[in-house]
Amino acid sequence: MALNNSKRQILAPVTESKSNGLEYGELLRVSMDSLMANKLRTFLTMLGVIIGVASVVSLMTLGNGASNAITNQFSSLGTNNLTILPGRPNRGGPPGQIGVQPLTMTDVKTIRVLKLPINGPVPNFTNQATLSAAAAEKSGQVLGTTAEYKDVNTIVMASGSFFSEGNVQSASQVVVLGSNLKTFLFGSGEAVGESIRINSMNVRVVGVMEAKGGNPFGSVDDQALVPITLAQSRLFAGRSTSGELRVSNITVAVKNTEDIPFVEERLKMALRDARKLNADGTDDDFQVLNQASFLTSLTQVTSLLTTFLAAVAGISLLVGGIGIMNIMLVSVTERTREIGLRRAVGAQSKDILLQFMIEAMVLSMLGGITGVIVGSILPIILTITKIFEAPVTLSSVIISLTVSLATGLFFGIWPARNAARLNPIQALRHE
Amino acid sequence: MTAMITIEGMTKVYTMGEFEVHALRGVNVTINSGEFVAIMGPSGSGKSTLMNMIGCLDTPTAGRYQLDGIEVASLNDNDLSAVRARKLGFVFQQYMLLPRQTALANVEMPMVYRGIPASERKRRATVALELVGMGNRLDHRPNELSGGQQQRVAIARALAGSPSVILADEPTGALDSTTSEEIMLTLQQLNREQGLTIIIVTHEADIAAYADRIVTIRDGVVLHDRKNEAHHGVE
Ligand SMILES: Nc1ncnc2c1ncn2[C@@H]1O[C@H](COP(=O)(O)OP(=O)(O)OP(=O)(O)O)[C@@H](O)[C@H]1O
Ligand SMILES: [Mg+2]
Repeated sequence: MALNNSKRQILAPVTESKSNGLEYGELLRVSMDSLMANKLRTFLTMLGVIIGVASVVSLMTLGNGASNAITNQFSSLGTNNLTILPGRPNRGGPPGQIGVQPLTMTDVKTIRVLKLPINGPVPNFTNQATLSAAAAEKSGQVLGTTAEYKDVNTIVMASGSFFSEGNVQSASQVVVLGSNLKTFLFGSGEAVGESIRINSMNVRVVGVMEAKGGNPFGSVDDQALVPITLAQSRLFAGRSTSGELRVSNITVAVKNTEDIPFVEERLKMALRDARKLNADGTDDDFQVLNQASFLTSLTQVTSLLTTFLAAVAGISLLVGGIGIMNIMLVSVTERTREIGLRRAVGAQSKDILLQFMIEAMVLSMLGGITGVIVGSILPIILTITKIFEAPVTLSSVIISLTVSLATGLFFGIWPARNAARLNPIQALRHE
Repeated sequence: MTAMITIEGMTKVYTMGEFEVHALRGVNVTINSGEFVAIMGPSGSGKSTLMNMIGCLDTPTAGRYQLDGIEVASLNDNDLSAVRARKLGFVFQQYMLLPRQTALANVEMPMVYRGIPASERKRRATVALELVGMGNRLDHRPNELSGGQQQRVAIARALAGSPSVILADEPTGALDSTTSEEIMLTLQQLNREQGLTIIIVTHEADIAAYADRIVTIRDGVVLHDRKNEAHHGVE
């Protein structure tokens, strides 16, 4: 038989390449093919990851934004400031007000004579009043204070100047306006030199402050600042029942941060002494707010909140991962014959493993990327519209993508191993 | 003439709990390069089991198996995969085409696992499809093809990588008699013109008649092994 010679070998034997084996590009194509085969299912599977990642990104971003905003506001108050408020110290409940003696100018004097390393004390006396200019009128807060207010609260003037100590001595009819209030009353026009009315009293605008942002006692940007003497004696009812001049709170700025605890302690002792309270503070009817420690605990709270939100979002990512695993398990079962075929024609067990791993990872990564985009929409809109500064941080993007990749790996490995372990003969016979 | 397949004393025992099924009880058979062999025998006689052994899909319990100079019995799972990829082409009763892929992509698929470059895969797949008369259906998907056409694509898939042996377990089992005849003629032609070694399993004498040699199995041993006298197709 001369069969061998008469053969027309149209298909020459394959010259095997050195690097025999499957390229990742091919595996990716195979995975994409099978994901595209069932688009709705692929999308629904990804939806779990999308929602998880989107909530991680948006909650982390908004949480960070919120904590930044709060930190900034409190820093603007001056972190070395101590504020003395009337009322019982908050011990789990709202500050008690019953049987509380108001803070008075006597207390201010008590503090002043201590000669502490501080700026101030600055008494603040706040009241609501009707504020009106030629063109506009509103109800707003009038803060009676002293000239030291400016330095203690690091006020920057936009125009004009702060009222002077002399103005305070003589209870001059002058006012310094917060930036929002100025805009409300005068628009973009000049305010310094003009007059406004506080209730029925004419006062002259001597200065306008730069915007400063809010604080827990209301934003100074919305306030009208007048000499405290004017507020106490002529604008409002400034006398307490015992006939003393009332103040709403007293601020002191400690010059050196290290002195804060010492100053706080000295203030408390002196006030207890003057107000005839127990020296151990058990019946205090005032409290000292320490910005620095308040800020620290506030930051702790907000970062805890952010972590908590991220953890909640993480749980939905976990659910998304379980969704991937579920679908991958179904997919392996559905495609048992395909797996058998691939094994029969020469796919190694690791090729099958990789195929399904890549599929799970493509699902989770596509979900992750989509999630990052979806989750960034709200923060970006808020930031652009200047409603709320919440820039999307690179770290939240990297964390989410890493976590979703890890989700794909973690939840893909089991189905993929099931696929890789299938016996080719049984797989081919499946159904 | 060189021996492509040498099987000596091959046994296969399936253990199912307490049960032992002796599917092969000492098969001896030698198949030469370029032969067209049909394996026949009653249901349960061990035909598929033998084909699985020849196809390196499973390892025998005992015995020797040499394929194109390779001792298969001692290979691990990865090496068996490599042997399947390089030496063997499979044709299944149920065609086993990937439903969403074109004929061309289906034929290319096995070559992906050998790291054959895309351009070479495409060239080979095209030639193979032309050889089985499917050159004008390259971009058709399985659901756009008849059963016979699908089986042709499957044959093209088996031969595109220039295997040493093509194995077909009941390749016409799902086809009507006319289509079966066409498929058998195609296989016969590939055997004659390309010198491909082909082994098929069939129940039907009509189908076996296209082969040059018929090996009959009963109860896991070779009953007869003879040259085909009632030869069908082109002489
Ligand atoms: N995986 C397995 N586990 C247990 N027993 C098996 C297994 N595969 C085959 N057998 C048994 O081995 C014997 C031979 O089976 P095989 O499939 O080889 O027969 P066959 O000749 O191909 O039959 P048919 O013509 O019906 O396809 C049968 O008794 C069968 O039950
Ligand atoms: Mg069988």
